[in-house]
Amino acid sequence: MKPGHGEVLLAEGDRHLEEDEERLVEEFRRQLEEGMWAAVPTREPASGRREARMVRGYGDIPPDADRVIFFPRASGG
Amino acid sequence: MLLALLALGLIAVALATPMAVRALRRVRERRAVAASNPTELTLYDPGRERRAELRARELLRSCVNREEWAMYRDLGFIRVAGRHTRRASDRGPKPSGYAYLIYPHKPIVAFLPAEGRLLSEYCVEFPDLSGSGGATRLPASDDVLAKWMALTSDEERVIRRANMHLVGRQLDPARVRRDLWRLAKWERRRRERGELPSGAQ
Repeated sequence: MKPGHGEVLLAEGDRHLEEDEERLVEEFRRQLEEGMWAAVPTREPASGRREARMVRGYGDIPPDADRVIFFPRASGG
Repeated sequence: MLLALLALGLIAVALATPMAVRALRRVRERRAVAASNPTELTLYDPGRERRAELRARELLRSCVNREEWAMYRDLGFIRVAGRHTRRASDRGPKPSGYAYLIYPHKPIVAFLPAEGRLLSEYCVEFPDLSGSGGATRLPASDDVLAKWMALTSDEERVIRRANMHLVGRQLDPARVRRDLWRLAKWERRRRERGELPSGAQ
């Protein structure tokens, strides 16, 4: 999510392919270094309830996640 | 007399020509610089914000629960149960505790659903980190999604970062109470139509 633009596709690829994963890791790090927060939308299997999970490292991304959403970190308004 | 005027005209043209050539050169140089730097030619696109908002709505719809999406579409805000309330609701059908109202570009409001009592408002924003001076902000639906993701994933962190005030600093408490009333009416109507489980809060 980019202020003034909304949703912007940063990178896409198959994380099981080495060359794709390198690119995804690189973009993930770049976003976090820029101060963005990263979250993965999830669905609880038991209740079916949707939530988000904050991820602080590439390794935290759930294996079944199909996207990671970056958004500016929150600050007091 | 005519010859004199003609001579004067020729002199004037001769004097003005170098100036005109210089002016023409400057115009060409400016055009060349502008062509090499596309940002110089960026014009305001009145449809950009609308398109961004449409994309943001689709993204929001793809992330939140179906009921939350319908709530936002119909009422303009989303209710999210507090973390402890969410955990309790997984264990039993009758959750109690606190919840939040998420408005676009307005503070998050904490309240007690059972009593309808307003607790506090949390002023939080997601500022532009790209260095443009914070002149731009997220589309309304992206702002809602950012708050939703922050609250459902790491409630403590976002609440810690927010500025907390009693309800009334930025939001009119009467308006929030009216929104709670609208929400109750909306849920009752959906329940009657069978669109909402009877145990849903």
